[in-house]
Amino acid sequence: MKYELVLHKNLKTPGYTGSLTDYERLGGYQAIRKVFKEFTPAQLTDLVKRSNLRGRGGAGFPTGMKWDFLPKDPAITRYLCCNADESEPGTFKDRELIERDPHQMIEGMILAAYAIGAKVGYIYIRGEFVYGARVLERALAEAYHAGYLGKNIFGGRTGIDLYLHIGAGAYICGEETALLESIEGKRGLPRTKPPFPATHGLYGKPTVINNVETLSNLPHIVNRGAEWFASIGSPPKSPGTRIFSVSGHVNRPGNYEVPMGITLRALIDEHAGGVRGNKKIKAIIPGGASAAFLTEGSLDVKLDFEAIAQVGSMLGSGGVTVMDEDTCMVWAALNLMEFFAHETCGKCSPCREGSSWLVQIMRRIEHGHGKMEDLDQLVRICGGIAGKTICAFGDAEVAPILSTLKHWRSEYEYHIKGKKCMVGNRGVKLVAIGGH
Amino acid sequence: MNPTSKITAFSEKAEKEIREILTRYPDKRSALLPVLNLAQAEFGHISEDVMVIVANRLDLTPPKVYEVLTFYTLLNEKPVGKYLIQLCRTLSCALAGSENILGHFQQKLGIGIGKTTADGLFTLRTVECLASCGTAPAVQINGAFYENLTREKVDRILDDLKRGAEPVPKAMGEN
Repeated sequence: MKYELVLHKNLKTPGYTGSLTDYERLGGYQAIRKVFKEFTPAQLTDLVKRSNLRGRGGAGFPTGMKWDFLPKDPAITRYLCCNADESEPGTFKDRELIERDPHQMIEGMILAAYAIGAKVGYIYIRGEFVYGARVLERALAEAYHAGYLGKNIFGGRTGIDLYLHIGAGAYICGEETALLESIEGKRGLPRTKPPFPATHGLYGKPTVINNVETLSNLPHIVNRGAEWFASIGSPPKSPGTRIFSVSGHVNRPGNYEVPMGITLRALIDEHAGGVRGNKKIKAIIPGGASAAFLTEGSLDVKLDFEAIAQVGSMLGSGGVTVMDEDTCMVWAALNLMEFFAHETCGKCSPCREGSSWLVQIMRRIEHGHGKMEDLDQLVRICGGIAGKTICAFGDAEVAPILSTLKHWRSEYEYHIKGKKCMVGNRGVKLVAIGGH
Repeated sequence: MNPTSKITAFSEKAEKEIREILTRYPDKRSALLPVLNLAQAEFGHISEDVMVIVANRLDLTPPKVYEVLTFYTLLNEKPVGKYLIQLCRTLSCALAGSENILGHFQQKLGIGIGKTTADGLFTLRTVECLASCGTAPAVQINGAFYENLTREKVDRILDDLKRGAEPVPKAMGEN
C-alpha cells in the first residue's frame, strides 16, 4: 500500500540532521508564517477542531476541543506543556521525533501556544532522555536565535518562551496532572479531577498538555488544511497517520508511521517484517502496557481508536508488543505487573496495596506455588482497583492480568497444576516464595 | 561521609546555572527538580548536606526536598559507582533476552542487583522501560544508551569503561 509519510518525512530524508537549516529547507516554520498572516488564535483552534486530530499520548482526546475548554478571558495567564515523558512500556516513537526532528515539535508548540494564548510553555522530558534533552536545548537555542521564540514574535503580536523541564525517573509523571505537580517541584502525584487542567492546571492556571506526536502534527495541518488531515487515515473519528512502535518477536522492530486504519496484521507483517523464526503469534499488546493483550484472532482488526476499543483493548500510546507462541502469558503478565507495582505513585490505596498484592500472587503462580483459588482472587483484587483510583493508572495496571486470564486461563491453570510453564523452554525453576 | 568533607555550598558555576533556572518559573519551588539534577551532577549523590543547601537555596524546608528526592528513581540518596548501569527489565527487553544480559552483567562484575563493585567503578541496577523497546535489550550507563545488547557487546562496553572511556549519549540505535 502506498501512502505518504507526514511526521517521518523529514527524518527519513537522507542526510537530514534535524538542524534548523535542514528543517527550514524542507519547508519548516512556514506554518507559523502562515498562521501569523491568516489566522487569529480562535481561527487556529477552529482549524484543529475541524481536522479531528486526536491526542497521540494515550487517551486520544480531540486536541482542538481540549484547547477550546480554556477560559476565553485573555487576561488570565495560561500555560502550554509538552508531554515528552514517554514511559509507556513498548513505546519509543516520541524519543525518535525528539532526537531526529526537534523543530517539528517546537513549531507545533509555537502554534499551540499561539492558539491558546500561552506566553510560556514547558517541555517535560523524562530524565533518561539525556541525548534528546541535548538535542532540544540546541534546537530551542536555534529557534530563539532565528526569532521564532522570544518575548516579541508574530510581528510583535505575542511572545512565547519555551523551557525544557527534565524529569528524574517516574512513569506516573506522564499522567498529565502528575506532570504538572512535577513541574511545580513536588512528587508526581496525580490530582483529583475535576477541576481539569483546562481551568486549574499549572500554578492553578488554565493549562493545555499535549503529547510530542500530537504537537508534531500541527505544522502539517496548518500547511495543508484541516480537510486534508481529516480525510487521511481512518476518517472521520481516527484521521491522520500514527506512529506505531513495534517491538518484541518481530524481524524488524522499530517505529513505523502508517495511516490509521491499517490492520494489525499489515503493520506486523508488511512493516515490521513478520514474526521471528516464522513462529506463530500468540499475543499482541496494541497500545502500550496499559492496553489489554489481544490474541492472534484480532490480527485483522483495524488500527484506529474505535476498532481497537471494540475488541476490548485500546490504541493507547501506539506501543505494539508482539509475542510469539513460545511466550508464557503468566510470565509476561507478571513482568508488566512488576512494572506497575514499581511505578504506582502510592496516592490511592487500592492501587498502592493492590499492585504489590497482585505481584505476590503472580509470582507465586509463576514459580509453581500457585493455588486454583488464586485465579479468582486475582480477578477480585483487580475489581477492587479498576475505577477506584483518581487516575487511569488503576485501570491500566489490571489490564495485563485480566486480559491474559481471559484469553489464556488454561496457561494459568497449567502453571498451578503442573508447577511449570505450558510453553517454550523456560522450564520454570521452582524457587522459594519471595524469590525473584 | 567524612565529617570534614561537609558540603556547604554550590560551586560558582552551579550557582550561576541556578540563577538562570530560577528565571524560567514564576515559583521558586519549580526549580527543585532541575536543581536536584544539577546537585547530583555536581556532588554525585544527594546527601543530607546537599539536601540542606538545596532547601536553603530554594526557600524550602528539608522535608520538602526529601519527599521529592525519594520519589524519583534517578536521584540517588546514597553514593553510586562511577558508572551507574541501569538495565531495562520491562517486557520488550525481557522478550529480547534481558534476563540473560542481566546474568552476564552480574557474572562479569561479580555483584548482585543494586550493588556496587568493591573498586567503586560499577553499580548495577535494573530499571523499568527506557523507551528502547525497538532496540532491545537496552541499558543506560551514566545517561548514555547502549542497545541491541549481546554478551559480547556487554564485554566490550565493560572493557571500554574499565579503560576509562566516557559513555557518550547518542541517538536511538547508534550505540
